[in-house]
Amino acid sequence: MVENRPWLTFLQHFVLLCGVALVVFPIWIAFVASTHDGRSLVSGVIPLLPGDLFFENYRTLLSEGMAGSGGGPVWLMLFNSLVMALSIAVGKIAISLLSAFAVVYFRFPFRMFCFWIIFATLMLPVEVRILPTFEVVANLGMLNSYAGLSIPLIASATATFLFRQFFLTVPDELTEAARMDGAGPFRFFKDILVPLSRTNIAAIFVIMFIYGWNQYLWPLLVTTDESFYTIVMGIQRMVTVADSYPRWHLAMATTVLALLPPVIVVVVMQRLFVKGLVETEK
Amino acid sequence: MHKKVTFGGFGFPLLLLLPQLAITLVFFIWPAAQALYQSVLRQDAFGLRTTFVGLNNFARLLSDSSYLGSFKVTMVFSASVTLAGLAIALLLAVMADRTIKGATGYKTLLIIPYAVAPAVAGVLWYFLFNPSIGILAYLVRGMGYAWNHQTSGTDAMILVIIASVWKQISYNFLFFLAGLQAIPKSLIEAAAIDGAGPWKRFTSIIFPLLSPTTFFLMVVNVVYSFFETFGVIHATTSGGPGQSTTILVYKVFTDGFVALNLGSSAAQSVILMLIVILLTAIQFRYIERRVQY
Repeated sequence: MVENRPWLTFLQHFVLLCGVALVVFPIWIAFVASTHDGRSLVSGVIPLLPGDLFFENYRTLLSEGMAGSGGGPVWLMLFNSLVMALSIAVGKIAISLLSAFAVVYFRFPFRMFCFWIIFATLMLPVEVRILPTFEVVANLGMLNSYAGLSIPLIASATATFLFRQFFLTVPDELTEAARMDGAGPFRFFKDILVPLSRTNIAAIFVIMFIYGWNQYLWPLLVTTDESFYTIVMGIQRMVTVADSYPRWHLAMATTVLALLPPVIVVVVMQRLFVKGLVETEK
Repeated sequence: MHKKVTFGGFGFPLLLLLPQLAITLVFFIWPAAQALYQSVLRQDAFGLRTTFVGLNNFARLLSDSSYLGSFKVTMVFSASVTLAGLAIALLLAVMADRTIKGATGYKTLLIIPYAVAPAVAGVLWYFLFNPSIGILAYLVRGMGYAWNHQTSGTDAMILVIIASVWKQISYNFLFFLAGLQAIPKSLIEAAAIDGAGPWKRFTSIIFPLLSPTTFFLMVVNVVYSFFETFGVIHATTSGGPGQSTTILVYKVFTDGFVALNLGSSAAQSVILMLIVILLTAIQFRYIERRVQY
């Protein structure tokens, strides 16, 4: 602290508390709503403190789902989201480690060309090429499958870049020593490079897990079979239903379930995640 | 930057690149090429005949009042989300940068929205502002304004802006904080010794030194508000009432998937791609320039 100004410290706490309130308030209200019964929510102003139906509401939701919303039980949606998020995170890390290794540690024709093709994906978010990508996936028969949900989202340049930047900082002496001891490229990759990248892998994992879990448009397009619905896309149907029937408590419980896993991941792995995020994108 | 020590071989590195190249070509490059190709074609109403129409699809779009309207909506939306998001996050980051008790606790809570999906963020605020049961709608009504985002375009726009800004606060906050912490403390101390108060120090030292971060975040936020906010809008207002919250990405989706107007949707995709390429180019130019400092 540069100087001691009590009023400034007070102002800081005040502003930060307002910020925290802004951030937490919507989530708190959603949680509160999920612990009441549907009727008490419609019959007046929403209460600010939790009710006593926490276990009952969540049990109904997880095992039976919400009647009339066209979705299955919510545990299945949670499972689908988990499979999708994990496949995207693991898949991305695997293919980007390999391609970054190839681009940094080898000299071969068309090296820069390959690099630029990968790089181009940065400019093509799924939202701008919705229809043609959908057609490709449909032609490959990948609609309503875990492969269709995850593989098209696996290739992205961000992870490749982070690993490339990191590999460039690994001292050449390590490579020389490994070569002198008779290690081939694969041995070097497996026994030296990957163990050295552990922190980066963990950071990318957090970012990609959240990216995968939070996908909305893509699952909306490639799933028509409700047994493949993910939780984030399933919410929209519930909200539409909740507007006409008093089922807001279940819709809000789904919302809480949809945001809980990624929030836990971010909070638990906070330090890694912040480091990874700020370094990847700069 | 290149490595001095490398491995030999040609087949092995290509084998390593193969998975990523294959996925990129099949799911990125090929669909993008398809979009370009379809943007110069037009299908008849039954999808039986396809004719080459040149730039006709683009010409039609640019004279289509609903497309131009959507452009305007996107501009208003994007500008509001970017400005409000940056301002709030900067304020919070400046406050969190000075060492105070409980700073870590504040930070942990402030990064939560990053983990929340845009669609979920939309639903959270949609519930708060629900005209019949929402607590904020109730408060606003108490102040004498009849809030209803189902009938009022302005209210709907405000709702999606708030939800989008809320979701993006953490991201901006983290980058501003990293930027603030990179400013040498000696500069600030020197200014304090020369008698500059906190406000003076902020306007004449901290804010100018933060400008690379601010610029970077502006580009990122514009991209965010153009594309990622699809979930916010689809889950809450569905582009309505009328066209009042139909941003460009949402229009590509409805024209392509709901109205099945392939040529027009493809042409819109191409325009969006051009916008992304432009934004990315701006960002990279700026990054290159900064590296030389």
